[in-house]
Amino acid sequence: MNDDVVERAIKSSRDPQVFRALLASVKRNVGFLSKKPILMEVCGSHTWAISHTGIRELLKDEVELISGPGCPVCVTSPGEVAQMIELSYRPGVIVTSYGDMIRVPGRGGSLEASRAAGNHVEVVYSAMDAVTIAENNPEQQVAFLGIGFETTAPAAAVAVELAKARGLGNFTVYSAHKLMPPALRAILSLPDLNIDGLILPGHVSAVTGRKYFDFISDYAVPAVISGFEACDILYAILKLVKKIRARDFSVENAYPRAVRETGNTKAMAEISKVFRPSDAFWRGLGNIPLSGLELNTQYSSFDAKVRFGLPPVVEEPEPPGCSCAEVLSGRKTPRQCRLFGKACTPSNPVGPCMVSSEGSCRAHYVFGR
Amino acid sequence: MGGSEWPVCVALPLKVNEVDGNWAIVEVSGGKIRVRSDLVSVRPGDYVLVHAGFIIEKLELEEARKTLDMFREIEG
Repeated sequence: MNDDVVERAIKSSRDPQVFRALLASVKRNVGFLSKKPILMEVCGSHTWAISHTGIRELLKDEVELISGPGCPVCVTSPGEVAQMIELSYRPGVIVTSYGDMIRVPGRGGSLEASRAAGNHVEVVYSAMDAVTIAENNPEQQVAFLGIGFETTAPAAAVAVELAKARGLGNFTVYSAHKLMPPALRAILSLPDLNIDGLILPGHVSAVTGRKYFDFISDYAVPAVISGFEACDILYAILKLVKKIRARDFSVENAYPRAVRETGNTKAMAEISKVFRPSDAFWRGLGNIPLSGLELNTQYSSFDAKVRFGLPPVVEEPEPPGCSCAEVLSGRKTPRQCRLFGKACTPSNPVGPCMVSSEGSCRAHYVFGR
Repeated sequence: MGGSEWPVCVALPLKVNEVDGNWAIVEVSGGKIRVRSDLVSVRPGDYVLVHAGFIIEKLELEEARKTLDMFREIEG
């Protein structure tokens, strides 16, 4: 019986009939607004799904859908990328990374180029794989590149605790994790930003809970938490359009099958056990106070920045001509970048937004032609 | 085929087949994979969301019902 309800819920989120009804309802309700609304999502998977499902194209006359700082690989700052690459050139170091990160160009090339030059860079699916690599290579140092938001940070925290429990002296985490609220505050405070509603990230919210985002109502911008199926996204857009009209600035949960009020408290506790907030550079938004995570003092022996004596991250220039910074802060669309589709393509990316499948430029390039 | 790869968050809800300590075996189309269950207590039969090799949440009956109601409201 339980299976049945859950399965039906998943099925209905992809149901073409529901999709058509939602689409018609969005179009009808936009008609009540004084202008075409600009909605920003802050999750790379929403960027991808909005293009992949055709929603961007189907609603191109009614809603402008733009991307904010939600792609983990993209928001990793040029200074952090440079340190990751530098780390891979250290003798006796195995750098372990989620897949997309290794193709990001930065000072010193890329992790992929470093690997081609003979250095040891391993792509892992999970932080646990990096722990296993450390166990299997006791003579070498294994640095795991921790990127992403409140979704990936708990996994990195568990990996650190396991490494500690197993006495793995050769495992470290290079923490480039980022926190959503400070970035959203920065975006919502931009003087030149003009957005009418926020589509909030479903799986960050599954970890943090709905309440975590209540501060957004202070900025008088409606916000709705969305899932990732076609109907989930359309439903969230419909809710936003209605909230804009009603001037309703409450933060609403339109992904109840995964998101609770207080989220996954166990995962949130893991984050605060192992990490503490620290200042961090974001591509597109610069330095934001307390928007990153660094390892707590009792775990500092697992901190790659401490182990390898890395200096504080500094601001580094973007690749010449690249508009990733403007794209990530909603100030440019991918097509407004002069390199888009010409000097910058998925097979020859200039910036991270064209590298990652969650990058806005890549989604526009792959699905928009 | 650039772009055919599915980003992490779009991962479908997966069904837990078996639990072994802090590992869970979940069903994916055409096979089974091992994921960590450190962050969520799960039982066989649960539907879960997996992110970078870790279960981050499970889908609950009551909340799934809310989703059905949500879409039903639109269809009508």
